Amino acid sequence: MSQHPTYLLDRAKIEGAHTLAVAQKHGAYEALRKILKEGITYAQVIQVVKDSGLRGRGGAGFPTGMKWSFMPDPAKDPRPRYLAVNADESEPGTCKDRVLMEQDPHGFIEGCLVAAYAIRAQAVYIYVRGEYRHPYNRVFQALAEARKAGLVGKRILGSDFDCEVWMHKGAGAYICGEETGLMESLEGKRGHPRPKPPFPAMFGLWGQPTTVNNVETVFNAPFIVNRGAAWFQSMGTKTSTGNLLVGVSGHVNRPGVYELPFGVSCREIVEDVCGGVWKGKRLKGFFPGGSSTGVLPASFLDTKLEHDAIKATGSMLGTAAMIVMDEDTCMVRAHEIIARFYEHESCGQCSQCREGTQWLHQIFRRIENGEGRHEDIDMLVTLSQGMAPGKTICALSDAAAIPTLAVVKHFRSEFQEHVEKGACPHLPAGTRRPVLAGHGAAH
Amino acid sequence: MALPQNLVAEFNELLTHYPHKQAALIPALHRCQEELGGWISPQTMEDCAAFFGLEPVEVYGVASFYPMFRMRPPGKHVVSVCHNISCALRGSDELLAKVCEVTGAPVHGTSADGRFSVNTVECQGACANAPMFDLDGVYHEDLTPEKAARILGEVK
Repeated sequence: MSQHPTYLLDRAKIEGAHTLAVAQKHGAYEALRKILKEGITYAQVIQVVKDSGLRGRGGAGFPTGMKWSFMPDPAKDPRPRYLAVNADESEPGTCKDRVLMEQDPHGFIEGCLVAAYAIRAQAVYIYVRGEYRHPYNRVFQALAEARKAGLVGKRILGSDFDCEVWMHKGAGAYICGEETGLMESLEGKRGHPRPKPPFPAMFGLWGQPTTVNNVETVFNAPFIVNRGAAWFQSMGTKTSTGNLLVGVSGHVNRPGVYELPFGVSCREIVEDVCGGVWKGKRLKGFFPGGSSTGVLPASFLDTKLEHDAIKATGSMLGTAAMIVMDEDTCMVRAHEIIARFYEHESCGQCSQCREGTQWLHQIFRRIENGEGRHEDIDMLVTLSQGMAPGKTICALSDAAAIPTLAVVKHFRSEFQEHVEKGACPHLPAGTRRPVLAGHGAAH
Repeated sequence: MALPQNLVAEFNELLTHYPHKQAALIPALHRCQEELGGWISPQTMEDCAAFFGLEPVEVYGVASFYPMFRMRPPGKHVVSVCHNISCALRGSDELLAKVCEVTGAPVHGTSADGRFSVNTVECQGACANAPMFDLDGVYHEDLTPEKAARILGEVK
């Protein structure tokens, strides 16, 4: 196993850390106390987070301190202001925020409070995907304990800092993980993303100044307040600082959620941390950061897992949810599944996305079923080029187009093989994949 | 018809969390589904519309957007099998086939005896413990067809 310094999951590994007594014994709420007792100003909190280089852990990697500084000065703009925490974790392959919520809910609540303090929000809304009942319940119970102990609500720890924290359940729509879709959903509407500008810092929840942060992002904040920017920068790389949670799924011996510094190689993750590709097989390819990030062939395994290095390959770090595929994996089938997902999750506002995701799914499906034509392969490319980049209100269209462009670029010969054979070469001759599932129905 | 008193009391408490009433609609629909037969009936939508001061069609517009809200009554138990990429790579096709075999329910349907509904669902965030299903709101992870058969066999 790799030996890197850790902090994110240290408390989570302690028995009973989801209770206030155990969590406090192991440092929970120390940063909040420090801020309130030492009179650290909100500007100082923003500054130390800026200095630390913390970038959002929800997929876009935007600098967190900068995002917080976009909130208007309350002296000039006295409107109510909110923090919305994105716990709608729905990007296929991503299962990291759940670990923090289940195993260290007090660390998470403290993160919410530190972020709320920095942006001077009077209320936090934690938007949890509806399926996450267990994580929801854990945070809900932790909140009740924290409220009773004077850590949440009016005059927190006897200071003049008031902040309520509310939990809010989503109901199964991926698009609500997009920050403006999340806000619409929180307002009790369909999760239709809003055109930007105006940006949430000016016009967010109910039209008020709002910051939307991912669970893991706010979770980092108390550590930075306690240990300083220099400590945070000592982990990771120059432009991707600190540790991050890497969720590894698919064909490895030890799938899991691991805490690693930015900059470890994908090879170290697959071969050392996860014990290699399963069944002694060879690696065919991997998604570095969830299903929206373009697939990379095995030859990219030495790439460092950090924003710049992954971007240089043409893919993206995303949520650092690595999905690993062995040599027997059919890339067409894998992308048929992903295309189906985006078709299912498109909110339907923009025609490029609503129609494009359906067509992508249809084309992938017919190639996989041996009914594809040679021109279908280029049609996947031209269609994707019509869907992205930046052609729609939000990035869901891009999220469907980018992996399509990547798989055709890196694995074109597999598509040709399907077309020429008139069948999926990964299935026994004369068989077709059973059509078990349609989609669209409820849970 | 009107909403039961216990739900009205809960919804009134929910309203205190938000500056605008409609924000409580989705949490309220969740509670309705849990308490009122496992689905959002037209009657429920009308009752919620009355409570929230909305048109029934507005409630329908919201409820029908979200896959977790059921627009028809489910069986006594609901099995939701994840079939997204991480689960597919580790055998969700075989898992789904076994679930259908054991429960007697077709995909997106209910068994003849009304005991089980089976659905496929998109990623449930259990990717590192794939494949998985959700049985009546509880995740079962790291499944094999055999384990799944055993779990479903123990359902009363």
